[in-house]
Amino acid sequence: MSTAKTSPALPQVEEAVPVVALPDLGREAEAIYVAPNWKLVWWRFKKHRLALISGVIIIFIATIALVPDFYSTLPPQESDAIRSFVPPQRPRFFGPNGEFMYVYEVTGQRNPTTLMMEWVADEAKIAPIKFFTPGYEYEIFGVIETDIHLVGLDNSAGVQKFHLLGTDRLGRDQWSRLMAGTQVSLSIGLVSVLLSIILGVLLGGISGYFGGWIDMIIQRIIELLQSLPPIPIWMALTAALPRNWSVEQVYFAITIILSLIGWTTLGREVRGRFLSLREEDFVVAARLVGASQARVIFRHMVPTFSSHIIAASTLAIPVMIINETFLSFLGLGMRPPAISWGVLLHEAQNLQSIALAPWLLIPGLAVIITVLTLNILGDGLRDAADPYS
Amino acid sequence: MAQYILKRLLLLPLLLFIFSVIAFALIQAPPGDFVTSYIAELAASGSAMEKAQIDALREQYGLDRPLYIQYFKWVGKILQGDLGVSLDWRKSNLELISERLLLTLMLGGFTLVITWSIAIPIGIYSATRQYSFFDYFFTVFNYIGIATPTFMTALILMWVAFKYFGASVTGLFSPEYVDAAWSWARFVDLLKHLWLPALILALDGTARLARIMRANLLDELKKPYMEMARAKGMSEWRLILKYPVRLAFNPLVSTLGWYLPLLFSGSLIVATVLNLPTIGPLLLRALIVQDMFLAGVIILIYCLLAIVGTLLSDILLAWLDPRIRMEEA
Repeated sequence: MSTAKTSPALPQVEEAVPVVALPDLGREAEAIYVAPNWKLVWWRFKKHRLALISGVIIIFIATIALVPDFYSTLPPQESDAIRSFVPPQRPRFFGPNGEFMYVYEVTGQRNPTTLMMEWVADEAKIAPIKFFTPGYEYEIFGVIETDIHLVGLDNSAGVQKFHLLGTDRLGRDQWSRLMAGTQVSLSIGLVSVLLSIILGVLLGGISGYFGGWIDMIIQRIIELLQSLPPIPIWMALTAALPRNWSVEQVYFAITIILSLIGWTTLGREVRGRFLSLREEDFVVAARLVGASQARVIFRHMVPTFSSHIIAASTLAIPVMIINETFLSFLGLGMRPPAISWGVLLHEAQNLQSIALAPWLLIPGLAVIITVLTLNILGDGLRDAADPYS
Repeated sequence: MAQYILKRLLLLPLLLFIFSVIAFALIQAPPGDFVTSYIAELAASGSAMEKAQIDALREQYGLDRPLYIQYFKWVGKILQGDLGVSLDWRKSNLELISERLLLTLMLGGFTLVITWSIAIPIGIYSATRQYSFFDYFFTVFNYIGIATPTFMTALILMWVAFKYFGASVTGLFSPEYVDAAWSWARFVDLLKHLWLPALILALDGTARLARIMRANLLDELKKPYMEMARAKGMSEWRLILKYPVRLAFNPLVSTLGWYLPLLFSGSLIVATVLNLPTIGPLLLRALIVQDMFLAGVIILIYCLLAIVGTLLSDILLAWLDPRIRMEEA
């Protein structure tokens, strides 16, 4: 986009000179003048390579969250006490009999001195891995029944199970559990941020639009909530959840608890935008023409800063994900049989377990990758959110 | 200046009142009162309590009275220095908390020193050598630092220390000093253990603060006074350290307001993983076994630490930047 020569600051041109009177601008420049807001944001965002790559990774992770069973190899709750603490079976490529991808079958032997089960790869027994292959049955979105999985074993070799990321204490397949956990952890982040947006836009909007004593009260509440130490408060609140609550109840309780303090940042942001927009000409004009308050707010004011809200919420999701993870890690958040990244990491809480089975730390890698890419994506969106700057 | 501090101090009792109400509400939140869970616990261990004893316990804590009276009884006792008794530990809360609080504060202070002494040089370097190799390196490092939950860092370091050095890095004292009285040798032993958790905690804060320092300094470096000083022939490093760095400090100091509370409550998770004798793991255990009076006192302490942190940063900022105290006074 070589606009430097032809266009001074865009909004001024639009206001001062009628578009028809503009001298022959290039095709490209013309496209910029007529482009809607979202297109300008997209053009700017595209230039941020790292953010673009992060966006692609996030979309991939989101597909895992949508249909975790497709990526799983075994039912995530299925335990097999004999196969506990099997180390990750590394996939190998181009096997002796023309297999594209295969793993070695593992066999357990009890160590005579420590009495611990030790798993050894049996290089004579090769289990070929196939793509888009039938496995256990599951439902997509609760409607489409299928048994096709991304990867699975070729059953002809007589090997029943393989564990890409090893197994835990109870012999449950960690890869499949990680996929199931992705769904819970990612959606908790998303739902808590959605609740935060609703609270933040509503209260921040009221605060910034009306001003006066309402603004005073809401601002004091925000300050008070922000001066609370969040971690102990969250812990106390989640610890108070009744033990006999179902997984769904705990899930929603946690999203509410997390957004109870989380909305304040968004609320402040929205209030600031409202305060600066309130006196803008187009808002005053809309009000003078007789538009209702709701119309002024939702038709004229909200669209102008919605890109900022999207950027701010993208940056808020990773914070929520980390918070849920540490709560479940401490045993206060999601509880088994629910599966989330925090619940998986709870298994790796002490030195004994990670010394015995270091692969139990792998879910932490999923947390780091997700949070990292969401942060980069959010930064890119924030930079692109204001296409006129 | 004195007036400004006084104004902030006057708000303190109000905040403390609100926080104590919140803490009280939190300890009331679990279903049933603590005597009920205490009786259940006793019954589980095979012993029972007589009705009279139960009633005496209930009366002692005013559990048969309306909630607001219970609240005032609780606060009144705390104000008199009576923090109550932990039913789980069978010890007074004061005894349980006092040394752990000291260690929590030491860990926090130590972490703060490490954070600043890493973040500020990185920030200055990245800003003055913008877009250099190390600037990019630190940017990537910062992104990863922010994305890694502190407990993950702790778990990974714990595993590395065990796997490659055969060392256990948990706790804050060597076995022989755990229950010893304070002495110089014990203090040295503490320092030997304290640096690792402090470093783990510092990594998170360093990433954030270095980014802020870099951005602040970049803004300052563009200003005309820099040109002026260079034209006068001032040496580059003296110039940078004397003017823009000092100005870039102010926003950094204002981050203390949220960083200190975050540090104290954030240390809770690392302390749990590394099994440190601070108030964090004590709170976790108290919450899990519903030892609610102990939990309430610890939550109140965390609130107090948060207030003190904000207050400290406000005062420090007013002291550093005359513009602020002129405005507010």
